[in-house]
Amino acid sequence: MEKTKTLNAEKVKETLLNYALYIILVVMLLVVVCIEPRFISLRNITNILSQASTRGIIALGVAGIIIIGGTDLSAGRILGCCAAISASLLQSVDYASRYYPQITEPLPLIVPLLITIAVAVIFCLFNGFGVAFLHMHAFIVSLGTQLIAYGSCCIYIENQANGAQPLSTLDERYKDIVKGSLEIGSVEIPYLIFYFLLCAVVVYIIWNHTVLGKNMYAIGGNIEAATVSGINIKLNIMLIFLIAGICYGIASFLEAARIGSVTTNVGLNYEFDAISGCVIGGVSWSGGIGTVPGVILGVILLQTINYSLTFLDVNPYLQYIIKGFLIVLAVAIDVRKYLAKK
Amino acid sequence: MTNSYVLEMSGISKQFPGVKALDDVQLKVRKGTVHSLCGENGAGKSTLMKCLFGIYNKDAGEIKLEGESVNFTGPKHALEHGVSMVHQELNQVLQRSIMENIWLGRFPRTKLGTVDTKKMYNDTKAIFDELEIKADPKARIGKLSVSERQMVEIAKAVSYNTKLLVLDEPTSSLANEEVAQLFKIINKLRDDGVGIIYISHKLEEILEISDDVTIMRDGHWISTNKAEDLTTQKIINMMVGRTMENRFPPKTNKPGDVIMSVKNLTGMYMPSCIDVSFDLRKGEILGVAGLVGSRRTELLETIFGTAHHRSGEIIVNGKSVNNKTSQDALKNGFALLTEERRATGIFGVGSILFNSVIANIRSYKRGLFLSNKKMKGDTQWVIDSMHVKTPSQKTKIKSLSGGNQQKVIIGRWLLTKPDILLMDEPTRGIDVGAKYEIYELINNLAAEGKGVMVVSSEMPELLGICDRILVMSNGHMAGILDIKDATQEKIMELAVKYV
Repeated sequence: MEKTKTLNAEKVKETLLNYALYIILVVMLLVVVCIEPRFISLRNITNILSQASTRGIIALGVAGIIIIGGTDLSAGRILGCCAAISASLLQSVDYASRYYPQITEPLPLIVPLLITIAVAVIFCLFNGFGVAFLHMHAFIVSLGTQLIAYGSCCIYIENQANGAQPLSTLDERYKDIVKGSLEIGSVEIPYLIFYFLLCAVVVYIIWNHTVLGKNMYAIGGNIEAATVSGINIKLNIMLIFLIAGICYGIASFLEAARIGSVTTNVGLNYEFDAISGCVIGGVSWSGGIGTVPGVILGVILLQTINYSLTFLDVNPYLQYIIKGFLIVLAVAIDVRKYLAKK
Repeated sequence: MTNSYVLEMSGISKQFPGVKALDDVQLKVRKGTVHSLCGENGAGKSTLMKCLFGIYNKDAGEIKLEGESVNFTGPKHALEHGVSMVHQELNQVLQRSIMENIWLGRFPRTKLGTVDTKKMYNDTKAIFDELEIKADPKARIGKLSVSERQMVEIAKAVSYNTKLLVLDEPTSSLANEEVAQLFKIINKLRDDGVGIIYISHKLEEILEISDDVTIMRDGHWISTNKAEDLTTQKIINMMVGRTMENRFPPKTNKPGDVIMSVKNLTGMYMPSCIDVSFDLRKGEILGVAGLVGSRRTELLETIFGTAHHRSGEIIVNGKSVNNKTSQDALKNGFALLTEERRATGIFGVGSILFNSVIANIRSYKRGLFLSNKKMKGDTQWVIDSMHVKTPSQKTKIKSLSGGNQQKVIIGRWLLTKPDILLMDEPTRGIDVGAKYEIYELINNLAAEGKGVMVVSSEMPELLGICDRILVMSNGHMAGILDIKDATQEKIMELAVKYV
């Protein structure tokens, strides 16, 4: 093999292009730090991390679906619906206009958590059924599911004695367990970060150490090869959606308490942040590629950009534009990497 | 050497609509031997293998594995019985590691139920050591070369305790030293008592590695011989030894001046054509022959501009043209009839009208809109002059027969008024009667003074309709034969020149 200079130049160009996104993000952060050195503070970092937590848990669910070659547009609305359920079940029993006046004794926290997860799982299995058995593209199924979830959420919230009120005044135990933090010396680490980490570890083990995980990569990478190897494609697709459902359920439970007051607007565009995080974190839109650390990094990077733009008081509409360009760039680079060249 | 058979296929027949793909074919593979399967493209080798693996249902015949009658329902089923195949197109999950690809669908598990990566690694390593494969089981398979990926596929077969291994054109993209490594592995497996079916076009290799050689032609079994009794010449004679029937229309075209000169054309991304130069005349039908993988399609695509070229020049009517996209090619008077009609030719749910006018759609613009009248007129021209049998212009093209679909596509390209027509396998999957009509069309086009290039895997077809035949071999142009001197044997000799 001969190595010519032009080849090396091409290689450098390739590498630069492949990592262009990270280079741009790091440059952006450096610019932020230059403009406002106070940005680097422990408080800001824990803020970013705890904000990234619920979105990160959703992203872990969506990532699996993207790896098998799908996507999920309904994640945000499913979260909204489930958050409403969670909040309604865990309003303070002293609150007069609570959703369920018949609940007079506080429920054990595990009950609402399980109910929330169950509802999210039902929505996701509906998506999974459409993909695995009806051979629809996940994009279309979840587009429909998104509306179904939103409509259900609105009806649920509206169905109160006093009309559509935000579901607030939550149980103190609920708020403590979600919004509390662990004090190590002078550092306060929100529990949320631990929940996120725990979910990440579990998903990491599933992806890397179980048959389901390996099958997931195989289905996304080459469904033909997976089929001839005797993998039950339908079952595995359903299981991936099931995991996504569990992730959404947990995220909903946490998000309701984090916000403290659930309206029909909760969950709007969450899927956008989750999918963006996945793509920035290197989950390939063409399927078969993606890692848990990548997803975590992607979500945190995106949240950092979000946070820093707000921190610098950038016009919120301009923030949308910047984020939009980031997504397009991320996907463009991803597609470029796996393009077959003629 | 033992005489017991690991595989006995006898009386295998398979009929497709319009074609008898296999007719009473037999193949008997002895234990611990390499049995080569030879034949031209379309002789029925792959159909026979597909019948073995249950991808096709055979119409008649019996398959016995180690004396017991078997009927596989698919590759996975065959694998479980120790029968595996390494395809020319490797079916692997490129994003994942070597060992994951080997154990896909049957990962070993730990007591906890998680995947036992350690066992997977050790088992893979053990097989690799046995076969003397050096790759790291944890490496991503997409990073390996084609030959290494092939070795992995063979290792996968070994991991299923294979009794019978089918290798389909394993060396078509390998360099010499890689072939040596592959042969070492094949010999090792043979010594272990594995029966190996070796499908290849490379006759020297066949003679080097095989114990037995079975030759097929036109879906028939021709002979099975000991390799030591054969020579390449004998094999070629048996492969092509058929008489020509009156399957072609009389030639009416007369080649004139040069219309296109291709000079030192080399594709940008390999595999592609390498340093190909030739002239095409007005009114000439230039055939392009070659084996599978000889990059005939790539040559056409590179000329047409849908594949990039690294170097070289194309001169049309004395002017240098640079086709960077298909739009350029159309402007410069080129038309390309693609090989995979279903995948890249027809718009299946579109009407005859849509399929006829789509390549020429700009010329129907009347202001912002399209002129329906003109489109209908042109579609009628396609239907009439190509003799398309269709109930109406509105009929969906997918409901027509393959031959009629192809006529619409040819008509589509003629509407763009091309000077140079590039046709890739224009008669593939078309029955004999329709083929004759396509040949007539090609003939008439040439007679009108157009330059026509026809890629075909069927040598008799090229010999029947062409004025000259360009033979590709492994990306290189092996030579151009005038039709007066061309024979199947000569084409074959050129086709294997660079492999």
